[in-house]
Amino acid sequence: MYFCNPFKLKRKGIMGMNQRNSGYIGRYNPRKLYPLVDNKLKTKIIARNAKVTTPALLGVISIQAEVQNVESFIKETTGFVIKPAKGSGGKGILVITKIENGRYFKANGEEESLPEIKRHVTDILAGLFSLGGSADVAVVEALIQFDNAFDGFSFEGVPDVRVIVFKGFPVMAMMRLSTAASDGKANLHQGAVGVGLDIATGKALHAVQFDRPIEYHPDTNKELKTLEVPKWERLIYLAASCYEMTGMGYLGTDMVLDRYLGPMLLELNARPGLAIQIANGQGILPRLKLIESLQNTERMDAEARVAFCQKHFSQS
Amino acid sequence: MNARIFFFVLVAALFLLGISQTVQRHLAFDIPWMPGETRTIWNIDAKIDFNALGKPVIASLTTPKMQAGYTQLSQNAASPGYGLSFLEGGIAPQAQWTIRKALGEQTLYYNIQLLADNKSKDQQYTEMPALFDKEYDPATLAAGTEIIREAFKTSADPFSFTRELLKVLNAQQPSQNTSLLLTSKINKTDLLIALLNKAKIATKKIGALHLEDGRRRQHLQPLVEVFQEKDGGITSQLFDANSTSAVNRQNLLLWDQSDKALLELVGGENSKVSFSMIKQEQAALAAILQKADNEHLFNFSIHSLPVEDQSLFKGILMIPLGVMIVVMMRVLVGLKTSGTFMPVLIAMAFIQTSLVTGLVGFILLVAVGLVIRSYLSHLNLLLVARISTVIIMVILLITLFGVLAYKLGLTEGLKITFFPMIILSWTIERMSVLWEEEGAKEVMLQGGGSLIVAVLAYFVMSNPIARHLMFNFIGLQFVVMALVLLLGSYTGYRLSELRRFKPLVDKE
Repeated sequence: MYFCNPFKLKRKGIMGMNQRNSGYIGRYNPRKLYPLVDNKLKTKIIARNAKVTTPALLGVISIQAEVQNVESFIKETTGFVIKPAKGSGGKGILVITKIENGRYFKANGEEESLPEIKRHVTDILAGLFSLGGSADVAVVEALIQFDNAFDGFSFEGVPDVRVIVFKGFPVMAMMRLSTAASDGKANLHQGAVGVGLDIATGKALHAVQFDRPIEYHPDTNKELKTLEVPKWERLIYLAASCYEMTGMGYLGTDMVLDRYLGPMLLELNARPGLAIQIANGQGILPRLKLIESLQNTERMDAEARVAFCQKHFSQS
Repeated sequence: MNARIFFFVLVAALFLLGISQTVQRHLAFDIPWMPGETRTIWNIDAKIDFNALGKPVIASLTTPKMQAGYTQLSQNAASPGYGLSFLEGGIAPQAQWTIRKALGEQTLYYNIQLLADNKSKDQQYTEMPALFDKEYDPATLAAGTEIIREAFKTSADPFSFTRELLKVLNAQQPSQNTSLLLTSKINKTDLLIALLNKAKIATKKIGALHLEDGRRRQHLQPLVEVFQEKDGGITSQLFDANSTSAVNRQNLLLWDQSDKALLELVGGENSKVSFSMIKQEQAALAAILQKADNEHLFNFSIHSLPVEDQSLFKGILMIPLGVMIVVMMRVLVGLKTSGTFMPVLIAMAFIQTSLVTGLVGFILLVAVGLVIRSYLSHLNLLLVARISTVIIMVILLITLFGVLAYKLGLTEGLKITFFPMIILSWTIERMSVLWEEEGAKEVMLQGGGSLIVAVLAYFVMSNPIARHLMFNFIGLQFVVMALVLLLGSYTGYRLSELRRFKPLVDKE
């Protein structure tokens, strides 16, 4: 059979796109809050106010005349990232991992000269990478030093942890590992590997690529079951506190782990995808329904919510 | 939960409104469900011949009045030199020809078109026709009185009484009394009327025409309408004096209901009226519209617009169906399209170009457009300028293809101009960006999805039955709206998700 029985899907609590759109995104995400999430600079500002760790902000370039100043933001660092505030799908992100004697190198070893960096910033300001081509600002961030725990799990890219936070409860999590097929990007539909994580422990449950189960990373052949996210408690707590920060009821939080600074928030997503269910091998609906049935969730703080989820949604 | 109930009430109300308006339109105006249905139209000519005496002539022909089974569509008359007027009112309508002076043989034509129409009803009589006084010679009077007395005994009301009289008049072996009456210079019809009148029963003489396709030189058949007053209402029945059986109204047109004469002629002699008729099958809708023209019933509808605007609406009213296809494909199937409603616009272009030409033209334009657009992306242009360039490029391409096709003798190729150029440019732009960001596979996926939806929408929107229904029954728009609203609240799985999430179910 090419298709599966919809009633079986229903029984497993799998959420479909229509239900996500009308039942959760439409109902719990107020339209006026979207800019907080879609604009990375605004996200960064509210995150700082809410004491949620994010990669260090080195500088913001918002008009063409400031492009000359970009050197002053970056020359003292060991590496940095320049990204458009309103970019989507990882477009227009320039990552410099090594700086030697005023020369800049990308992750794959290619050199990027200062004029090239300035032109990239100009492109960002002109709206080349933003949705609809509207004018944008360039955000310069400190480079994240990946935690060693992920060595061999990711191919040429940032492995991040996606946590679905529903009304402040971290209901489901997965790790997204870039592959050669995904071209170093962490988007599942482009071929990244999704690894479902246990909410209580941060240990791998189940892995998929292109919506099909896999056991080993296609490029590094590392067994995906052995994946375990360190500092999990802190990470899941940060994810949960994104709710107070944004007010969004149904939120996808993308977290990264820095070797020295620990878990931090990379970006937020108001329309998180459904692939997390496949990565976890479980439907998300029963969890969402359980949260919806709770009374007085507004009075619970992030710690209480995390504890609730770890108690009820653990699969180990 | 109240919002939910309100929503379903709204949907149900829209649905019911649409259905009831549609059914009402069908019942009240007789608009057929299917586009091919036909209705019968009788085209009847009356020819009047007479000899004019060189004096002023007034010729008044009694014409059919409204009656069961027929609706008059139009009437006209041809008669060179004569003044003509149609006189309404009075007992029956008349066509009147007048001329100051005419001499010799004259021929006048009157033509009427009647729609066979089951909804038409006989007019109600408000008063009984008057009885008349006539003197009879004693022998006739005695015979008549005897017949009336016998028939009266074996009957209960005017109708059964008439039937009894008919039995006597049409008996195999006429009785003495009957023979005596019939030998006089009087035919059975007049005799029947005289007998009924004598028995104080009101009657009317009717001239009826048997409608049969292609008949010529027909004459009116005399019938007798017998009246009865009962419970304050007036009822009547038709009888044929030459037969005891009931009169069959099927294909029978009561032409002359004046109770006087079919033709009143002043200033002429030797007049003769003959009828010829043909039966026409006409598309039901056209017939209805012709009928409605007379009745001014359609005033509040698209049919009251000029024909040019009507054909515009014919296209516009199909869009909701195309839109519904898009909603279904996205919500129920989960097909990816580039640009939400772009497929509908493409489908509308397909209707103009025909499907194969449209498909070939579209793919050709988009493919060539993508190649040229890929060069533009090297120039790092601003979005608006880039799209504008693509629009100019598309127009040039359309011109080029049109001229090329024409030179090659493919006049079909000229239809490429029907494509909406701005939409096409956006499609090319979007697909090009998609190609750069997600690769060729995603472009094929979305482009293919768009084309599938467009072709489906084309088949629905160009379907003659759908076109007929959507155009003639505005109520169906509400039904489509209700369906789209329902689809909007569908939270179940898409077909593509049944495939996507299959590994989750298979795991067990």
